[in-house]
Parts: sequence; structure tokens; C-alpha cells
Amino acid sequence: MEHIVIIGNGIAGITAARHIRKLSDKKITIISAETEYFFSRTALMYVYMGHMKWNHLEPYESWFWEKNRLDLKKGFVEKIDTETKTLFFKEGDTLRYDKLVLATGSTTNTFGWEGLDLKGVLGLVSKQDLESLEQYAPNNLECPRAVIVGGGLIGVELAEMLRTRNIEVTFLVREKGFWTGVLPNPEAEMISRHIQSHGVDLRHETNLDKILGDADGNVRAVVTKEGEEIPCSIVGITTGVKPNIAFLQDSKIETDKGVLVNRNLETNIPGIFAIGDCAQQREPIGYRPAVEAVWYTGRMMGEVLAQTLCGNNMEYNPGHWFNSAKFFDIEYQTYGWVHSKRKLKDHEAQFHWKCESDQRCVTISFHKDTNVFLGINTFGIRMRHEVIDRWLTEKRSIDYVIEHLKEANFDPEFYKKYEPEICSAYTNQQTITA
Amino acid sequence: MSTIQRDMSLTGDPKSINTQQKIASALGLTGFAILMAALFNVNFPNKTLWLTISLVAMGTGIVWFARAAYVHKHAGIKNDGVYFKSISSRGLWAYLIGIALTLFYVALYWFPQYLGVVKDGDNTGVVALFDPLSKFLSGNPASQWFLYGTLYTLAILSFGIKFIYKYRHNKYEIIRTISVMFFQLSLAFIIPEILVRLNQPYYDFKNIWPLNYELFAGYKIDEFLSAGDVGLIMLIFGILSIFVITPILTYKYGKRWYCSWVCGCGGLAETAGDPFRHLSDKSQAAWKIERWVVHSVVVFVTVMTTAVVFSYLKGNESQQISEWSQLENKVIFMSDAEGKPIGERILAAQKAGAKGVVFINEDPTKQPPNIEATEGITIDYAIVSESENAQALKNIENGKGAVLLNDYPNGPNFSIAEKQETVFYDNLWLSKDVFIWFVIILLTLVFGWVMLFKRKELAKDATYGAIGYFVVVISILLFTYFSSPGKLFFFDAYQLRKTYGFVIGAMFSGVIGVGFYPIFGSRVWCRFGCPMAAILGFQQRLFSKFRITTNGGQCISCGNCSTYCEMGIDVRAYAQKGENIVRSSCVGCGICSAVCPRGVLKLENDGMNGRIDSNEILLGNDVNLMDLVNRK
Ligand SMILES: Cc1cc2nc3c(=O)[nH]c(=O)nc-3n(C[C@H](O)[C@H](O)[C@H](O)COP(=O)(O)OP(=O)(O)OC[C@H]3O[C@@H](n4cnc5c(N)ncnc54)[C@H](O)[C@@H]3O)c2cc1C
Ligand code: SF4
Ligand code: SF4
Repeated sequence: MEHIVIIGNGIAGITAARHIRKLSDKKITIISAETEYFFSRTALMYVYMGHMKWNHLEPYESWFWEKNRLDLKKGFVEKIDTETKTLFFKEGDTLRYDKLVLATGSTTNTFGWEGLDLKGVLGLVSKQDLESLEQYAPNNLECPRAVIVGGGLIGVELAEMLRTRNIEVTFLVREKGFWTGVLPNPEAEMISRHIQSHGVDLRHETNLDKILGDADGNVRAVVTKEGEEIPCSIVGITTGVKPNIAFLQDSKIETDKGVLVNRNLETNIPGIFAIGDCAQQREPIGYRPAVEAVWYTGRMMGEVLAQTLCGNNMEYNPGHWFNSAKFFDIEYQTYGWVHSKRKLKDHEAQFHWKCESDQRCVTISFHKDTNVFLGINTFGIRMRHEVIDRWLTEKRSIDYVIEHLKEANFDPEFYKKYEPEICSAYTNQQTITA
Repeated sequence: MSTIQRDMSLTGDPKSINTQQKIASALGLTGFAILMAALFNVNFPNKTLWLTISLVAMGTGIVWFARAAYVHKHAGIKNDGVYFKSISSRGLWAYLIGIALTLFYVALYWFPQYLGVVKDGDNTGVVALFDPLSKFLSGNPASQWFLYGTLYTLAILSFGIKFIYKYRHNKYEIIRTISVMFFQLSLAFIIPEILVRLNQPYYDFKNIWPLNYELFAGYKIDEFLSAGDVGLIMLIFGILSIFVITPILTYKYGKRWYCSWVCGCGGLAETAGDPFRHLSDKSQAAWKIERWVVHSVVVFVTVMTTAVVFSYLKGNESQQISEWSQLENKVIFMSDAEGKPIGERILAAQKAGAKGVVFINEDPTKQPPNIEATEGITIDYAIVSESENAQALKNIENGKGAVLLNDYPNGPNFSIAEKQETVFYDNLWLSKDVFIWFVIILLTLVFGWVMLFKRKELAKDATYGAIGYFVVVISILLFTYFSSPGKLFFFDAYQLRKTYGFVIGAMFSGVIGVGFYPIFGSRVWCRFGCPMAAILGFQQRLFSKFRITTNGGQCISCGNCSTYCEMGIDVRAYAQKGENIVRSSCVGCGICSAVCPRGVLKLENDGMNGRIDSNEILLGNDVNLMDLVNRK
């Protein structure tokens, strides 16, 4: 029986395993050094905030694995010998595979600052990170102030977490508004205001220079490039993530930022595949980044790869882009492409609407010349994935989208509807180009 | 900016409470202390005043506490620290409160004397403290149930306001909560008391059979029938409620219209029980137990109620009169000429101590029946025509005296003194045979419809369970009918009702249902025990427009929805498959949708087609792959 070994029990690896099991009877082994069972990395924050306990993060009960004959192995793969198809574990043992799937996810991306090895400098990616956070920032007596470096989705989650324990947060962001690398400016500015309203000391256009420690090797303060010293007990590094592939260095598997794969998700070595956060497309697909580090793409790659491994050769050919997040109380959804000012395409125009409450806004992007609908960002209003996806496929015009926007509304019943307001704003608009 | 929350004296962690909350707690506890003092027989001089102080202090304490907890914060999900606080994470406080509540229920159901209920005398203790309010509403002194009802209502109202503060960003939650508060205050609390004041039967219009398992008990039917038109309307409303109103509303809106908008049990669970909602067991094992237990309760309540009504109808047949019928000094009226000879019935009534017997001949065109086998009859009896004596009969029913003309021209007239006690037999339009066939046919129709049209929507074990239960119930009913139509039901109806009342009504819905809130979560009763919820759920699963729609591929499997589902539904298991949630137990509280950080869930009523959409490959992936795999 063919033995498929998957390194990484995250969403990508587990989805692949589940689908392979549905389609075949192959022997499947899933390896992870992090946890025994699959858990939702996306929900790490809720454990620290006390919304959930660790076991709530596990989407399947423990009997699931045995019932579906998915062998779980805890251990860290140190080395891969692709000639003999053998994995070597840090713990000393080895494992043979017939086909290998790399689904090793990401680690925190850092920029070689001084003081990174001090106690209390942490990222927020793994279970171990969560445990360190609990250790170094259990409350605001032990940790009166934290500094977070890097304004992205994980940074804002970390800020929200720390604020639930009333820890003062100074949040260093390189850009002029929050996440302006991705969001159009009016949205970024609204989110900045919202983050500040939660008592976060948000510093735009501020860069980390170095981290200072005390005699015991604990974090004492950070110094910014602008020359200010900010005392703090922990430093959260949230300047993005990078593929977790250091252990592949000496192997024959070709890597760049991530593990290089073709559209079949196969590496340069036949029979070895990479999916999820650790995979890098040789040719980016459409506007998608070559390394797509989001939950959904990890899942989709897993779904596709399972087909290939079970004899139904399939390319990774994702549909329309979508994503979502939450900034403290404001939910965000995006479908298609709405580019930030920096990345704006030549043909792209945007219509922007913001609610008076400063808690809601919508940006719709469309083709300047043809008026074709290209994408939508919504904040504080839920949208129906299926409807927007259909409009994108049908290449509807922006006028059509605005007129029918209420069909795409997914807010709970009785919620105030903002479509009339959006519609009249559109009619009276001057087009803003972000 | 970072000073915004400094004014609240928050320290350390999300467990701590601020100064205002401390004062509010003290106020609430003061109100509670008054009740405790009364319980231990402190005799308050001015009960009205002290009761008011107590209730107002508790209510204000709770509302103030909630205000201080939420108002200064942003509107949004407020679950910080839920799993750190002792009370909401099965810590010491949870157990203490659980034990206290359980003791309260035990006293309420079985030892009301400790609360101050005195048989044939004035109330003492804490029940006495409630006398002024009870007298104000119904004119009667309080009972332990009045005390319970008052505190229950106070809890729904004050914790309801807390809930509204907590979910003030969510209009669905606000409106739903106002609805349960309204129904509790008016239909459950005030109106029944006022009905009693007006000498009408006590009736909570929203308490529908089978949740209200006593609705069709003999004493209740007698109460309705003796209350004239109002009583009749109530009885008819009770029947319409379950057979007409409920199916229509459940079809349109799902069972949520009842379970989380109207029902009192649901009302308490959603308000006072809200801090415990996440404690429900989400394991698959719990789900299996749930399905067996709750459907067994439905079977139990159906059999029990059928038995009770059956025996009530039988008790109305003059043929069934026996020497144990307890008819001392009563005048008996009967009108059924079929079956056992009338003479024998008169004799039986005589043995039971009756004073006289009147046979009413209902059909004026018919000859009055001959009474044979009159040997041994010593009491007076007569055959009278209904049409000739219409006015006299009416007078008798109203307790006045009258003289009835004998149908036989030479027979003696029958005179009845004022205030003579009377018993009417054969006066119901429904016979026990018609009734039992009605039940059998109804159950068969429902069962047949499910098996013919909905079978593919049932899991295998559910099908077997349904067949099993159907066979058992129908055989009990048929056995009763054919083997001994004259005798009592297969089970003794009275005993059955008592057992049900004890095991289900008291133990399950009260002691375990509410007493164990802090341990098992707030909806244990609704999930494992409530037959109403099971019936509504059965319809919701198979024949309703309601579903929770899953938003394409947006789920990140975070688990908030499953954790905060009070019914223990593993919502995530569906959402991460892109499948809509169509579960019989879902009460439509809307919390899963509220806590979802990615906007994945929406409660809605829509067409029946494609209500359950299970996808192997979720939206967002290769269109061809989705087509290939999802088209089964
Ligand atoms: C805090 C946080 C919040 C997020 N929120 C969102 C969100 O809201 N939406 C969204 O779309 N995405 C979100 N993401 C991103 C998303 O979680 C990731 O894209 C996704 O988890 C990647 O899944 P994966 O299966 O590729 O890898 P992972 O989940 O990272 O799993 C890889 C596993 O492999 C193990 N492993 C790696 N190397 C080895 C080795 N050599 N030997 C043994 N085991 C090894 C790792 O320990 C790890 O357990 C979030 C990420 C974080 C950290
Ligand atoms: S599934 Fe959602 S709406 Fe239904 S009971 Fe659970 S939390 Fe409430
Ligand atoms: S539906 Fe929402 S709350 Fe539930 S697991 Fe998915 S993302 Fe989380």
C-alpha cells in the first residue's frame, strides 16, 4: 500500500489527508512537532482572551483520527533524504515514505534586529508563542506595557489580546495608516482610528531600531529609529510570516522564499509536493502572491493535491480571491481585488463609501473603461460570498453591483441596511482613486 | 487615546470587576438578604415595603452591574475572560450556585413548608413576604409557585436588560430579548393572576402542550369546561396552539419563534443562563444521548396525555359508574342509551351513594327508553326530555333548584333542591373511541409522511428509532383499544401523569434544567428533556424554511460558534464544510452568528430547496473541481 507522509498538521496537511482518505485507502501519516492534534491557528487569540480553551480550537474530536485511519506522529523532521525517501527526526528515528507532502506552514518573519533573543520577544504563530505570551504577559502588573512591531493582521490580533488584560500597548507601524500595503487609504485610516479608540498607542511611521534587555536577559525597552526609547516588558514581532522551511536547506528540494512548486503543487523532486503557507508558486497566479499565507488557500491546495495524489491529476487553479479578518470590533471581508494606493492598477478605479458612525465602510473597485466590477472590500457589513463570487464571474458592471447590493447582504436579520445610503452616495459620487 | 478606559478601576485581568460593579453587587445581595432573612422567619412588619425593597434592590443591582460592565466599552462581542472566571468556567462559584439553585428547586417542589407554605393556614417565611403582591394581583395569598413566578420574571427582566447591554450591537438579539421579556411578564406572570382574580381558570397562553403537560389533565379540562365560554376558548386555543399555530409558525420561522422568542424556559436560559451557554457538551456522544432521551420524553408525554384524556373521557361515560365512583348524595345525569342497561347503571350509582338519577332523552323524536332490571333500585330516578326541560336543566347547572318533567306522561316529576350537588355523565361530544382513533390516525399520518417523503433526510439510526417508537406507541394504543375497551388504559393514567410530573416536570426541567446551569450550561432541559422542543425540532429539521446559512468558503474553523452554542451543536463542523446548519435542536438564538469573527453564519428563512448544501470542495476553489466533486 502506498504510504503518503504529510509533514505539518495544519489546515493544508489535514485537508489533504481527509480528502485522500475519502478518495482512497492509502496509508497516511501526519507529522507535527507542534501539537498532537490539528488545531485552528486562526483562533490562538481567543485562548489568551479567555473566550475559549485549547480543546475548543481542535475541530475534530480525538476519535476522528483513528476512525479515519490517519496516523499521527509527533516529532520534528530534521532532514530529508530524497534518494532513499527517508525522513530523519530530531528524536532520532526515521520514517520511509512513498510520497511526501510538505505542509510545514510559516514562522515569524524578523529583520535581524538587535535583542531578538531576549526573553519576552515573541511572535504569534505557534502554540509555543501563545505559551510564552501567557508566561511573559499574564497580567498588567507583570507586564504593564507591550510594544508590537508591524501593522498587519496578526499585530492587531495581538493588540486586541493584550488589551483584554488591560496591558498598555504601543503599536509601531511603518506606514501612515494601518495596513496601507493592502487597504485603500480611507479604510486604513478608519481602522487606525478604531484601533486607537481601544486605547492602543498606535504610532504611524515609526520603525523599530533595537530591543534593549536588562541584566537577566529580559526585555526592558525598545528604541525606535526615530530615537525614542519606549519601556516595555514584551515585544510582539508581527512583521509578517515566512515559510517554515529551514530544515530543507541541505535537501535536494528547491526553495526560494518557500518551497518552489509548479501548478500541480509538485516540487522539483517527483513525488514530493508542497501546500499551504510553505509553498511558493514558480509563477504567481493572477494577482495572487507567490506565497499565499492564508487559511483558505491552504485548504484549497489540500483539496486539489488530494485529487492529484489519488490519480486525478489536477492543477491548483483557485477561483476569485477572498479573505476576511477582524480588527477589534470591525469585521472585514474582501472579494476579488481592491488594491491599496501603492499597488493600484492602471485600469482600476474605486468607489468608496463610509458610514457616519466611522465603523463601516465599503470600497468597490471597477475597470475605468469598461465599468466591470473587480472587487469589493467591506468593513462592518457582511457580504454573501456566493453572490459576489457569481457577479465577479459574470463580470457585472459596477452599476449592476450597486443596484443589487442588497442581494449580497449577509448581516443578521433586523440589522440596519445601508444599501440605500451607498446607492445614493454612488449616484452623487465623484470617483475617488483611493 | 490610551486613557479612554482608565477611569474604570480595572486591574490585572478580565476577571476583575470595577467599583461600580462592586456596589451594584452589594445592592443586589442586600435585596437577596431580605429574602433570606424572611426565609429564616424574620417577620417583617411592613411586608409590602420590604418586598418592594428586596425586588427593586435585586433588579437594580443586576441592571447596574451590567451597565457598569458593558456601557463604557465598545459595542461588540463580550466574552473576554469567560474561561477565567470561576463562575462561568465550572469553578468553585459555579458549584456553589449550582448547589444553592438545586436546593431551592428541591424545596419548591417537595418541601414548600420550608419556604413558609402552611397547609390550611396563613403563610409564614419567605412565601408570606410575597402575600401583598399576590393579593394585589389575584386576590389570593401567595403560594410557593407565586414566589417562584415572581423571582423567575424578575430574573428574565433584569438579566434580559443585561443581555441587551451585552449584545447592544446586535439588533436580532435585542428584539428577541424584548420579546421573551414581554411574554414572560404578561402572558406568564400577570395575565394568569388576573384571570384568577376574575374567577377564570389560571392559564398561561404561551405554555403549550406538551411543555404544559397538565393542559389536558382531567382537572384542567373540568376547570375549562366549568368556566363557560372563556374556558372553552382557552381549551380550543390550547388545542389550536399545538395543532395549528405551532406548525404554521415553525414552518415559516423555525422553532426559534417559540424557543427563543416566546418560551419562558428559553427566556430564562437566554437571559439569566447566558453566562453559562458555552458549558454545553459538544461531543458527538452527547448528541447521541440527546436524541434518544428527548425523543423518549416525547413518546412518554404522548402516551401519558393520551392515557389521561382517554381515562377522562371514559370517566364521563355513565356505563362506567361503579360502586367506587364516589357519588355520595349527588344527583346523577346521564344520556347515553347504548350499552349497559340503564337500570344497572342506576343501581351502580345507588351503590356509590347517589341520591337520584335523571336520564336525559336528547332526541325529542325518539320514544323514551324503557328502564329494565329495576329490581333493587331504591333511589328516585326519572327519564326527562331535554327539549322540554331546557330551562330547568340550565338552572340546575347554575346551582339553582328546578322541577324536571317526566317524559312518561304518568311518571312522577323530579325535583331538585337549590345547591344540590350534581354530576353530569355522557355530556362530552368526544368519545374515548373517537379520540383514540384520532390519535392513532394522526400519528400514522405523520409517520407515513416522513417515511414516504422525508426518509432520505433522516440518518439511518434516526429512521430505526422512529420506526421503533412508532410501533411501540401504536401497539400500546391498539392493545388498549381492542383488548379491553371497557377497562382502564394499559397504564394507569393517573399514576403515569404523576410519574411524568415527578421525573420530567420537576426533576428534569427544574432541578437539573436550572439547578445545573453553571455546570452543564443553560439549555440542558431544552436540549435533552423538552418534548415541545423535540416536536418543534422534528418539524424544523424536515419541514421548515429556517436554516443557518454558511457563507461560502469563509469559515476559518476558529470554533467560536460551536463553543457558544448553548444547544451543544458543533456548528463549526458544518460551517467548515460549507454546509448549512439544519439541526432539529437549534433554537435560533443567533449567538453563533453573533460571535463568528468572519461573518460566516446567518439565520434566515428561505425556500425549502437546497436548504442543506453539503460541499466537499468549498467555494473559492477551482470551479471545475467544485463541479466535479460536489455534483453527486
Ligand atoms: C495568529 C494568526 C491568525 C491568523 N488568522 C487568519 C485568518 O483570520 N484568516 C486566514 O485566512 N488566515 C489566518 N492566518 C493564517 C493561517 O493560519 C495560515 O495560513 C494557515 O494556518 C497555514 O496552514 P498550513 O497548514 O500551511 O500550516 P500550519 O498551520 O502552520 O501548520 C504547519 C505545521 O507543521 C509543523 N512543522 C513545520 N515544520 C516541521 C518539521 N520540520 N517537522 C515537524 N513538523 C513541522 C508546524 O509545527 C505546524 O504545526 C492566521 C495566522 C496566525 C498565526
Ligand atoms: S446553532 Fe446557533 S442559533 Fe442555533 S442554537 Fe446554536 S448558537 Fe443558537
Ligand atoms: S463559522 Fe465562524 S465562528 Fe464558526 S468556526 Fe467558522 S469562522 Fe469560526
